[in-house]
Amino acid sequence: MSGKEGDGSGGFRKRKHDNFPHGQRREEKENVNPSSPLMTSFKSFQLELDTRHDKYERLVKLSRDITIESKRTIFLLHRYISAPNGEEVLNESEVKLDGVRRKIKQVAQELIGEDMYQFHRAISPGLQEYIEAVSFQYFIKTRSLISVEEINKQLIFTAEDREETTNMTSSSQDKQPHTWSLKVTPVDYLLGVADLTGELMRLCISSVGNGDIDTPFELSQFLRQIYDGFTFIGNTGPYEVSKKLYTLKQSLAKVENACYTLKVRGSEIPKHMLADVFSTKTELIDQEEGLS
Amino acid sequence: MSVSAMFVELQGALTADQDIREEIRKVVQALEQTAREMLTLLQGVHQGNGFQDIPKKCQKAREHFSTVRTQMESLKTKFPADQYYRFHEHWRFVLQRLVFLAAFVVYLETETLVTREAVAEILGIEADRERGFHLDIEDYLSGVLTLASELARLAVNSVTAGDYSRPLRISTFINELDSGFRLLNLKNDSLRKRYDGLKYDVKKIEEVVYDLSIRGLNKEAAGGAGGEK
Repeated sequence: MSGKEGDGSGGFRKRKHDNFPHGQRREEKENVNPSSPLMTSFKSFQLELDTRHDKYERLVKLSRDITIESKRTIFLLHRYISAPNGEEVLNESEVKLDGVRRKIKQVAQELIGEDMYQFHRAISPGLQEYIEAVSFQYFIKTRSLISVEEINKQLIFTAEDREETTNMTSSSQDKQPHTWSLKVTPVDYLLGVADLTGELMRLCISSVGNGDIDTPFELSQFLRQIYDGFTFIGNTGPYEVSKKLYTLKQSLAKVENACYTLKVRGSEIPKHMLADVFSTKTELIDQEEGLS
Repeated sequence: MSVSAMFVELQGALTADQDIREEIRKVVQALEQTAREMLTLLQGVHQGNGFQDIPKKCQKAREHFSTVRTQMESLKTKFPADQYYRFHEHWRFVLQRLVFLAAFVVYLETETLVTREAVAEILGIEADRERGFHLDIEDYLSGVLTLASELARLAVNSVTAGDYSRPLRISTFINELDSGFRLLNLKNDSLRKRYDGLKYDVKKIEEVVYDLSIRGLNKEAAGGAGGEK
């Protein structure tokens, strides 16, 4: 029962020490009136805490699903360059992202009437991964960075597509207006974008492997802009942001090195052999990284 | 929008956020100061001669709570009302401390557990989230757990001061509190950690009661307590 769970790790020690007063306590325990004001208020606390924990768990689960689906979308998008059927990949990714958004809609529904920041820790990882995926797709399509406003615009849901509304949400629909929205916080956005740079680095390396000479230069340009943006923010942001700055620097260095190699070798080696030169170069970088 | 323009905007948002935190921190510091003064005042009850004028000390402490209420009033104005949990960490500690102080005063006065609504009223805040700056349930429970360890100490010191009836009353109270907490399904968080300490307070008080009863002091006390009531 709840009492046993509450004791947890301390339970064993307690039993050992309490050998003596135990009988006495048992006696006193019976004196506690289960309907005293204190007990009734604790019963309501139990209910309140349980409701809160349940909601938190549901959100964590949703966040996990969002993370997984977003990761898969990113893997799919990496196939975009190498596959001849680029349009198809993009469309498929759109379908996948729609699925992710449906999950986010459920999150938004859970948070109706709640303070979003109370449950922020539960959903933050999922949201960051989603931002990474959606900004990656946006970059492939438009070669620019998606803005916070743009992301938030896609996270306004209406009641139209409610195929999978659970009984919980349908009851709350009666009271609520038929739109839900979720706002991404600036910090989540920043962290998501920082992760995006890692994907862009991978995209750069693989596009060289495919003999694409222009993309790396475009990417290094873009990454430099983002890096400048992050250095502008510097340490005014929270701790997590400055932590990502280091990885971002590494990604940028890799991409810049790639461009350098292309420039130097590009003039002297026939195009079809460039990929070989490049792959040995990246291996070198990877090895260095493994050492450090 | 260009990338750099976007980052300028984000930086603006982050700076605004930091300003708010700075403001909150200032008020919280003032609150902590008031809480410390109150604690010093109430610590007097542990001293031998402090037992006589408990009501006076409680009254003085209650005067401090009016300072707390004005400080809380100013804290409320420092951030948007619907973002309570965004900045919760900043005042969490001091709020738990204040809950403890309020609960301690109420216990000394009436020997009952203060309700969540009553604490909210003493501190000049709301009990429900819907109505504005409120008292989070976990903070309330944490404050109550601090009360338990303070009472364990009080039980020991009241025996030293020759008051043999108080430990028995404290024992009944703590036992009821313990059964109350047993009803809760706590997650593995800070509240649960503090709850794990409650059993040692219970044990401590039980030992005091045991010491009194094998020496026959509780009978004397029971007679005395009956006379008081």
